[in-house]
Amino acid sequence: MGLLSYFKKQKQNSALAAKERLQILIAHERNAHHPHAPDYLPNLKSELMSVIRKYIEVSEADVNVQYEEGHQCDVLELNIILPEKQD
Amino acid sequence: MSKVVVITSGKGGVGKTTTAASIAIGLAKQGHKTAVIDFDVGLRNLDLIMGVERRVVYDFVNVINGEATLKQALIRDKRADGLFILPASQTRDKESLTKEGVESVIEELKSEGFEFIVCDSPAGIEKGAYMAMYFADEAIVVTNPEVSSVRDSDRVLGLLQSKTRKAEQGDVVKEHLLIARYSPVRVDEGDMLSLEDILDILAIPMIGAIPESGSVLQASNRGIPVILDDKSQAGQAYSDVVARFLGETVPHRFLEVEKKGFLQRLFA
Repeated sequence: MGLLSYFKKQKQNSALAAKERLQILIAHERNAHHPHAPDYLPNLKSELMSVIRKYIEVSEADVNVQYEEGHQCDVLELNIILPEKQD
Repeated sequence: MSKVVVITSGKGGVGKTTTAASIAIGLAKQGHKTAVIDFDVGLRNLDLIMGVERRVVYDFVNVINGEATLKQALIRDKRADGLFILPASQTRDKESLTKEGVESVIEELKSEGFEFIVCDSPAGIEKGAYMAMYFADEAIVVTNPEVSSVRDSDRVLGLLQSKTRKAEQGDVVKEHLLIARYSPVRVDEGDMLSLEDILDILAIPMIGAIPESGSVLQASNRGIPVILDDKSQAGQAYSDVVARFLGETVPHRFLEVEKKGFLQRLFA
């Protein structure tokens, strides 16, 4: 791999990094600004965090609580990214 | 039937006023009676971009306060028949824009037979931006391929879906995404978000992309909206946007890296 392609690869990462950062941030913000999101959501999340932490080592960013409004019913989605296995 | 269209973005400096000016000219050139209103009270600039800054006598706030009639405040554009500009006030603050006042001006424009009322929103999500979007039927959200602009656009989309009259009535404001300052070369090199990336994130239909072009600055220097520069790519891209807005199907242009000719490659 030449010097030029090294730089090219670095550049390719910047647009990709932008997209990934935006996707995470915007999912989070949409949640927070959701017009009909229930008021208990932040409390629910922090209590869930403390329960999960009793059993698993996770950071705040690894737990995602999403509220979505459907036609028939509303959906509360809980996403926990488990830490990688250590050998 | 008249339509109220807001040009908004959240972030400043992404091309809202440039877009409002060009779209207003384009709509009028297509034969539609159009008014374009500057909602940026205290920091008016639409007059300058449209080259009518020396013809401002009365402004939007004067009309709201009953200090001038709408007819007195509207500036008739000399390049496009049926186009009128309502400048913002330079001396008041944004609190001068009341919901009732804005509504009465919009209703009067509608009764005067204006087909399109283009509202040029200020940056931010304060009163001025809120007033510009409140009565909108459709919204053109201007975004640059850059993280802060995309994030702010998403925030504004949330407001369009909750803080507008349409939203309050359980209806929806029709949203269009306009990507400005797009550089296919930089996307190709991997250091600019691509159209696909932005559409993926914001998930609203794209009405067009305006390529990064020196002609936009030249146009604002001269006070001649860039859509009137039909030799420039940006001007042509805005003409395409207007055609799409009016329901035509027009293929997107200027979004791929231009192939270099033999000589250009030789001297690259």
